[in-house]
Amino acid sequence: MCLAIPGKVVEVFADDPPSATVEVAGVRRRVELGLLGENGAAIGDWVLIHVGFAMSKISEADAVEQMRMLAALGEDEAAIEEIRGYGSAGQ
Amino acid sequence: MKFVDEFREPEVIRRTAAEIRALADPTRVYRLMEVCGGHTHAIYRFGLKDLLPPNIELIHGPGCPVCVLPMGRIDDGLAMTEQGEVTLTAFGDMMRVPGTKGSPLQRKAQGMDVRIVYSPMDALKLAIGNPHKHVIFFAIGFETTAPSTAFTLLRARSLGVGNFSVFCNHVTIIPAIRAILDSPDMRLDGFIGPGHVSTVIGCRPYEWIAKDEHKPIVVSGFEPLDILQAIVMVLQQLRRGEARVENQYRRVVPWDGNIPALRAMAEVFELRPFFEWRGMGFISQSALRLRGEFAQWDAERRFDAPGIRVTDPKAAQCGEVLKGVLTPAQCKLFGNECTPERPVGALMVSSEGSCAAYFNYEHRKLAAAAAGSRAAL
Repeated sequence: MCLAIPGKVVEVFADDPPSATVEVAGVRRRVELGLLGENGAAIGDWVLIHVGFAMSKISEADAVEQMRMLAALGEDEAAIEEIRGYGSAGQ
Repeated sequence: MKFVDEFREPEVIRRTAAEIRALADPTRVYRLMEVCGGHTHAIYRFGLKDLLPPNIELIHGPGCPVCVLPMGRIDDGLAMTEQGEVTLTAFGDMMRVPGTKGSPLQRKAQGMDVRIVYSPMDALKLAIGNPHKHVIFFAIGFETTAPSTAFTLLRARSLGVGNFSVFCNHVTIIPAIRAILDSPDMRLDGFIGPGHVSTVIGCRPYEWIAKDEHKPIVVSGFEPLDILQAIVMVLQQLRRGEARVENQYRRVVPWDGNIPALRAMAEVFELRPFFEWRGMGFISQSALRLRGEFAQWDAERRFDAPGIRVTDPKAAQCGEVLKGVLTPAQCKLFGNECTPERPVGALMVSSEGSCAAYFNYEHRKLAAAAAGSRAAL
């Protein structure tokens, strides 16, 4: 739960509160942007995701390293499963 | 050094390890606590201890949300779920944590409606999609996850969702660090500060550790190089006789934290006067509950919870391990009665728990080595 998942923003929904579609290792899911602050996120940005919320913006190099790190910790599959799981509660 | 090559800049890692050896005074012992369970996992996985001189001891801190939750709270959450048409939702980490009448997963197998969610927003969506059921979200975690729960409650209020509530077990890291520093059997020289908690709270809340307790604390990232650099920064401070808060993880952690996240938390939560931590007892102002304005979404106010304190299994020494007084392998149950497959204590359940980390990397390594040497005989 302490490990964050890196995702690339591929679509932004400027609703209130804002959300985005992110892509993590080819899997696309909606995440909340409401905790990211006024600058929000734009298409092409990389974000660190905790429990369905983008919490910080990071560089692409850091995102790649973070994914490698998750793989090394044996948490990459859990991370992908988590991303798949967003918005599909109870299935 | 076997894991070092998997990472970016392996040469820098080796140089940093050499720097640590040069900085460490061989005539003394350094006891450094890594507060966060994510760091504990990374330290074991990457064999970072093997890169450190033997007089630098890494003590594992209480920063594993599942591990610090007392058993009685799991019983409470399950008891609430028995009261009518209720669905209990929780993060996957929670599912195997034993309560006195079984873990959530075992209760699910017996027919209880328990579901894994990956986000509190999923629990809210489940409630919206199932208006005839009441959905409780079993909220756990430090400041990393608390803002998401707060945000979800603000959404529940603005959407007027009546069949959703939160069983709030969020805890805050600062009082736990204070309790550890106040503990008479604990002597620490410095801290590796939590990374993702700090993205939310920033670095200012640690200033008392430097000013009042005169201990260095360096907020660190999770990569091997991050953790080694944080150790260098702590050692440099100790060498100069300084005690400051430093931020090694500047690429992610802003000094002032995440303002929208802090604002959402302040709007929804207030501090509990005290809260029980597994193995550490009651700690003042160490946990969050919902403010009165959110009573309608507060599972503790909507349902009856037995609220019974449950002592841990007698032989298990989770408390001592949590406080860093014992190493995982020094617990009597470690590796025999308590394993990741059949956990007795929560530290063996979560991958962030120091017992699970120790078991998965150190214990299995030692067992394999022992089997190897037996085979050689």
